[in-house]
Amino acid sequence: MRTDLTVNGQSRTIEADPRTTLLDALRHHLKLTGTKKGCDHGQCGACTVIAGGRRINSCLSLACMHDGDEVVTIEGLGTPETLSALQEAFVRHDGFQCGFCTPGQICSATAMLEELQAGWPSHVTADVASAPALTVEEVSERMSGNLCRCSAYPNIVDAIMEIAGRGRA
Amino acid sequence: MRPFEFTRAESAADAMRLAGDGATIIAGGTNLLDLMKLEVMAPQALVDINRLDLGDIDEAEGGGLRIGALVRNSDLAADRRVRDAYPMLAEALLAGASGQLRNKATTGGNLLQRTRCYYYYDTAMPCNKREPGSGCQAIGGITRLHALFGASEHCIATHPSDMAVALRALDARVEIQSQDGVTRMLPLGDFYRLPGDTPHIETVLVPGDLITAVLLPAPAGARQTYRKVRDRASYAFALVSVAGVLDVEDGRIVRPALAFGGVGHMPWRNPEVEALLEGEAPSVDLFAEAAARLVAEAEPQGGNAFKIPLLRRTLQAVLRELTEA
Repeated sequence: MRTDLTVNGQSRTIEADPRTTLLDALRHHLKLTGTKKGCDHGQCGACTVIAGGRRINSCLSLACMHDGDEVVTIEGLGTPETLSALQEAFVRHDGFQCGFCTPGQICSATAMLEELQAGWPSHVTADVASAPALTVEEVSERMSGNLCRCSAYPNIVDAIMEIAGRGRA
Repeated sequence: MRPFEFTRAESAADAMRLAGDGATIIAGGTNLLDLMKLEVMAPQALVDINRLDLGDIDEAEGGGLRIGALVRNSDLAADRRVRDAYPMLAEALLAGASGQLRNKATTGGNLLQRTRCYYYYDTAMPCNKREPGSGCQAIGGITRLHALFGASEHCIATHPSDMAVALRALDARVEIQSQDGVTRMLPLGDFYRLPGDTPHIETVLVPGDLITAVLLPAPAGARQTYRKVRDRASYAFALVSVAGVLDVEDGRIVRPALAFGGVGHMPWRNPEVEALLEGEAPSVDLFAEAAARLVAEAEPQGGNAFKIPLLRRTLQAVLRELTEA
């Protein structure tokens, strides 16, 4: 089955069985191995990519359901030479140990900051009718779909808080 | 995952025709694909409805809202009208899943989530929901997640949705189109079925039906809350949850509506508890009486007996919160 995608700004076409998840299409068909397969069941967030401007678990989506969509992966956010602001902050704050969850953390955080800026409430927003504040509790709650088995959470939150305070990811 | 035919529906009629022929409808897919990977579900065909025009939230007659079946959970929770007039619905949505999942999960799909009963998920175990007639290993097994109300000797599973609990308290109705062109509107209590001896049939939907919207009536009361108790602070299913809406007029409770999650095969409601509160002055004793009435019919399964005091206390806490000046 043919699927046309725009991945990191480039037109890509894959030919794959309909069972192919967006995650497997990115890793196996397009060789974009920055996106990681952790649990493959939407529980860990390692596979987070940005599709149509929204962060999603690429393991719980079929590639063929994204025909015509724009997808951004960690490879589209920065390169080793030109890190995105969040990538650079993760390095500076030591926001990882083994690094396996990091691409998902950074894709998730990049889109999460846009949700925060758009004024989306969260479970810890005291009054859902009001605009959310930028707090450690808000960032932690909004990132709860990304697990880190090395438990680098305090430094991940520090990195995100620094960039959120600057107003751009 | 077992192989399947994949079709993208170009119209609602298309989707209903394919679903009538046995295809399973897929929208967000966050629950269905998980179950397909585990082969708990193995549809022969999928029909993708994501491109249908069912993604808007519109104002409805009488001051309510019409929420399209494809409105994503995150968009519904962020909608200004929902946040202002139905805050408990936004709270319930935000208490569920993760940011990534809410961006995909839809209003219609959330209603149709399958139980998280461990035995349903484990294909090595018998389960009347997964394989009708095979038996229920949950009964007499590990029952921490299981139902207090409305269970049967064939199934003691709970419905996992937070959103549906708030919708039940808000008297929402599900709009369903059928293949013969008839549209019906069902309150959640009529939409869901108790397990009885057919726990695999969870709703009154028949093949070829399509959920097109959820209709919210004008908000019943200004005082609303959704309180969820779970094993960790975020990204976990409810052990128990309470959705409550009421007003206080001249020092008396009016129009209370309460729904309970994590305790039944469907979001649970008990009219007796609401009648007991109606017109009464808020007091600690009244709340204790309401909570005792609610759990009077509870049938614990062993491992879930802790939910009885938990539910009682959570309801009392919600009533205190809602009636504080």
